[in-house]
Amino acid sequence: MILSVEKIGFSYKNNPVLLDVNFKVKKGELVSILGVNGSGKSTLMKCINRILKYKQGLIMVEDRNVKKMKEIEVAQKIGYVPQSSERGFLTVFDAVLMGRKPYMGWDASKKDIKLTEDILETLNLEEYALRYINELSGGELQKVVLARALVQNPKILLLDEPTSDLDLKNQLEVMEIIREVSKVHKIASVVVMHDINLALRYSDKFVILKEGQIFAAGGRDIITPDIIKETYGVEVEIENFQGIPLVIPKSY
Amino acid sequence: MNFRNSSAKLYEVYTKKKVLIAFFLIILLIVSVIGAIKVGAADLSIYDIIHGLLNSDAPGSSIIWNIRIPRILAALVAGFYMGMEGSVMQSVLRNPLASPYTMGISQGAAFGAAFAIIVLGAGTLHSTQAHAVMVNNPYLTVLAGFLGAIIGVIAILLVARVRNVTPEVMILAGVAMSALFSAGTMFLQYFATETQLAATIFWTFGDVERAVWNDLWIMIIFLMPVLLYFLYHAWDYNSLESGEETAQSLGVNTHSLRLQGMLITSFTSALTVAFLGVIGFVSLISPHIMRRIIGNDHRFLIPSSALLGALILLISDTAARSIISPIVLPVGIVTAFMGAPMFLYIIMKMRR
Repeated sequence: MILSVEKIGFSYKNNPVLLDVNFKVKKGELVSILGVNGSGKSTLMKCINRILKYKQGLIMVEDRNVKKMKEIEVAQKIGYVPQSSERGFLTVFDAVLMGRKPYMGWDASKKDIKLTEDILETLNLEEYALRYINELSGGELQKVVLARALVQNPKILLLDEPTSDLDLKNQLEVMEIIREVSKVHKIASVVVMHDINLALRYSDKFVILKEGQIFAAGGRDIITPDIIKETYGVEVEIENFQGIPLVIPKSY
Repeated sequence: MNFRNSSAKLYEVYTKKKVLIAFFLIILLIVSVIGAIKVGAADLSIYDIIHGLLNSDAPGSSIIWNIRIPRILAALVAGFYMGMEGSVMQSVLRNPLASPYTMGISQGAAFGAAFAIIVLGAGTLHSTQAHAVMVNNPYLTVLAGFLGAIIGVIAILLVARVRNVTPEVMILAGVAMSALFSAGTMFLQYFATETQLAATIFWTFGDVERAVWNDLWIMIIFLMPVLLYFLYHAWDYNSLESGEETAQSLGVNTHSLRLQGMLITSFTSALTVAFLGVIGFVSLISPHIMRRIIGNDHRFLIPSSALLGALILLISDTAARSIISPIVLPVGIVTAFMGAPMFLYIIMKMRR
């Protein structure tokens, strides 16, 4: 088990946001976190990454307690893409090379430059290399940010709504990349998703959060009309389309 | 065959260009230094300069070594610090308007230095304008200036902690701190034994003419360690460009990075303020100009802003000496004339 989240509890001031959250992720697995706005999805991601300091519970990465790791060690194991990225005045190459920060001393090494070059090629970003990131479209930016997290060479990838601002083609492209790298590099990916159908199409497992607690977790079979209704308050039908369940909301 | 250049090659060329720009700045600096030695009440030829620099018996030697070089060196060192201060503060506070001057930190340092000189007796006040204030105990003066600057920093960091605080609000807090410290300095001067107008000007408009060799050494000693510290953290500052959370996910302790950056920049600003007075705007505008030319990669932005800061301050001072010669203006007046319009320009650009 590469990532195990055990009984995590977190409160903002005195408001509990996460309660007793448990789940495990294997190498190469893609897990989608579902739930309404404010159900604690982003908070959970930040706890795993130790950006937020949780009081209760235990998070283990490769059988090591994340709390006892140094900041730099966490950064070498976990790549994180937040919900929104700021567009600094840096080139794409610089912005991706930055993912090598946890391995750098004074400056980037030849190896860091080479890895950056490779990942830009893999994600078809070469021609953007010297473009400034504040000139990119939403889809391009998302790929750049993903490239940065991948060049970090992480064991675990945490992605907070990676497709939320993207058009259909870019949504599919980004999800394909995520699934591909998870399988090839044996990375455990935890992805916060709002689009249930996109999640169903690409994920191996699902964790549904409701009011900071796990409401359901498991494979595709847990996505039932009842669960969706309980989670989102929307009546749906689930059809099977070419082997993939398709969630269709009933008229509202 | 693939005839297209690889992205790594293109990137290498791109970074080399930035190094070239830094070299270009160094050449401009050398030319400006020669110009600055030449210009003055006694106009020196190139021959006089070379002769005077090498030969202590030459007629121009004492003018060069005792008057012009300390002044030029003070402008270079102070400008260099200011360029670094601006680029680092703008990065750690995520605020394009940040600088020791706009945040009220310089004024805090000025208050501290004034307190040391007037109340603690670390210096004396005179009625001549050029050497209105003599610093007898530079260490105490710098230390007190640093403490004053720290008070300003604490206020700024407290404001920065408030969620969603806009850059403009932080600047307003800076205005408040600046007004408070300036009033404090005025108060001290009002009750000082010799309350000359000249001494008031000392802290309001800084002047590199006040530099004497003793003070200069103290300013120079810290230059290299500070530059090395900032360069070591250049990638940390770069990571902040993508936002606080991204930086943290890359293993950067953003809180300590911010605190250290603010403490070091306030220390260096206390160093210059204690000896030269408050010189505004150079720390604000030099990173802005460099950012437009080479972008926000702090590996290059910090040293080139420092070089540009030195260049701006030296040229401003040379202008201050020659515009209405033989009257010599404090360089702070010249930088304010140049910097204030630029400050307004940045504010207007931010609104869009």
